[in-house]
Amino acid sequence: MFQFIVRRILIALVTIFAISIMSFVIIQLPPGDFLTSYMARLAEQGDDASEEQIQIMRESYGLDQPIYVQYLKWMSGVVRGDFGRSLEWGVPVADLIWDRLAMSLLVGLSSVLFVWSLAIPIGVYSATNQYSLLDYVSTFLGFLGLAIPNFMLALVLMWIAFSVFGQDVGGLFSAEYQDAPWSLAKFIDLLSHIWIPMIVVGTAGTAGLIRTMRANMLDEINQPYVETARAKGLSERQNIWKYPVRVALNPFISTVGYALPSLIGGEIIVAVVLNLPTIGPLLLRGLLSQDMFLAGAIVLLLSILTVIGTLLSDILLALLDPRIRME
Amino acid sequence: MTQNNVLLEVKDLKVSFYLTEATVRAVDGVNFSIEAGKTLGIVGESGCGKSVTARAILGMVRRPGKIIGGEVLYHRAGQTIDMAQLDPEGPEIRSIRWGEIAMIFQEPMTSLSPVHTIGNQMIEAVQLHKSVSKSAAEAVSVDLMRRVGLPYPERLLKSYRHELSGGMRQRVMIAMALTCSPRLLIADEPTTALDVTTQAQILDLMRDLQEEYNMAIMFITHNLGVIAEMADDVIVMYLGKEVEVADVDTIFHSPSHPYTQALLRSIPRHDVDVQRLETITGTVPDPTAVPKGCAFHPRCRHFVPEACLTPPSLLQVADDHQVRCTRAYEINEHLAAAQTE
Repeated sequence: MFQFIVRRILIALVTIFAISIMSFVIIQLPPGDFLTSYMARLAEQGDDASEEQIQIMRESYGLDQPIYVQYLKWMSGVVRGDFGRSLEWGVPVADLIWDRLAMSLLVGLSSVLFVWSLAIPIGVYSATNQYSLLDYVSTFLGFLGLAIPNFMLALVLMWIAFSVFGQDVGGLFSAEYQDAPWSLAKFIDLLSHIWIPMIVVGTAGTAGLIRTMRANMLDEINQPYVETARAKGLSERQNIWKYPVRVALNPFISTVGYALPSLIGGEIIVAVVLNLPTIGPLLLRGLLSQDMFLAGAIVLLLSILTVIGTLLSDILLALLDPRIRME
Repeated sequence: MTQNNVLLEVKDLKVSFYLTEATVRAVDGVNFSIEAGKTLGIVGESGCGKSVTARAILGMVRRPGKIIGGEVLYHRAGQTIDMAQLDPEGPEIRSIRWGEIAMIFQEPMTSLSPVHTIGNQMIEAVQLHKSVSKSAAEAVSVDLMRRVGLPYPERLLKSYRHELSGGMRQRVMIAMALTCSPRLLIADEPTTALDVTTQAQILDLMRDLQEEYNMAIMFITHNLGVIAEMADDVIVMYLGKEVEVADVDTIFHSPSHPYTQALLRSIPRHDVDVQRLETITGTVPDPTAVPKGCAFHPRCRHFVPEACLTPPSLLQVADDHQVRCTRAYEINEHLAAAQTE
């Protein structure tokens, strides 16, 4: 087991290194650099920066150097915890991203919990009562959730929150708690806001997960080991939750790790609509303005989180499924 | 057969499967009884309803199947319970399952959970029926595993099914079945998935344990050799009905039903030199379209339209020997005449 974990960690480090190179290169791929898009914006506003000024800025940011030099400079900072300065905002990247990353994780984790706590019981029920009315109803609602675009659902829920609950909508905090230090009241305020993004981000995933759980369960509930458990005198409920559900869950455990990037990707539009202080909109802006240190740092951090998540789910799966440990 | 020795009586049991296209009468009025401490062999081709009968006894027929008639009378100290009337998920039948009637299956590999240890599953079986501590349940398990010839039982408790060989898995299943000293063990093709040597070992083991625990065994198989070795009484099933019921000697030496006779002709014998083994002509009919009258008639060499197109009833041809064939007497006389010639 120890050997297994060490090997996985080494593989993870190599993966992160490869991702850092690729993300840096891809962000640089569009023609021009931050300064060309900066100049274009200045020109739109009627301003003009002189050639000299631009040249000075280019040198001070190191943009005139070859790409591998830029990469190495950036990476030598990253390993010391310095992600560089955001070209657009003029502040250290680290100041911009940590709060937002935390909020993204919060929204992501709460929607994962939402998805799981809804989809697993429904999937189990659908399989054990296959072709029943509720099986059809949950399938229908699941597909409906899958089909409705996220931004649409976000708008509808905002309207409901506003007209039914009289809540101020958008964002994750009410105005008075925006810059307040953390307190119980602020936490409660957060909970009263987070349910909208939680549902919006989670709905599409719930539908998929119900179907997967249902299919996995249908594969398992007719297995002889379930029949043995029944012959032993276990009640149906004990039997279902102890044996087939345990086996049917394994594929989920192995995918927890990469639930994160897809959640953040799916969250960008929702975050824009709902005005959430999460990382998605920041990444979008960074990419549009070719703010490579900001965008690069975000992509790198997300990748690291994904790799760590996958590592954790691998370890968890090995703990839960003895057949994995053998290999 | 003395009545007070009877452990389980199945009377006119009927199980149907309601499929979208048709209704399959998998078990269509089966009768038999099992005596305490004896072995009843149930033999028949695939699809004859033998496994469904076994599951119906314990109320374990799954949708779309349903018990639609008959009785499963279980006799215990001054009490008779009709198990077919019990709620299949209720506490009464669940306490009889494993506690008094245990069951082992054909596939020892998949009969065990892939993700739980052997110990977990054995201790669960003990604790479901006896209020004992975990360590006491573990001691019972270790003891039984040693009894069924499993080496290093303490270590085996911590292992998983994929770490065991086929024979070991079936030994584990047998040990698990014995945890509550059941009065009846239903064994549904327990040796079919094993190689021949392992098969012989498992059969020996089951016979020893039967004596030691004075337990009845209902042994389901399609293998007549296994029946000859294990059974005291035999019922031969064809398309959901028993066609012949007798003790094991009668079945092998003077079978009266054309189907039983045909089955016996189709196994190789060391004392008769034949070029080619006989097979039963035709195939088992589609269970959704069972032939009229005697279900065996399209494959029967003694078929005559006058006698065989009405459903035959069970004929008592001798003490403890019943045959479901209208022509049984004629066929027997014919055979006897042929033998004396």
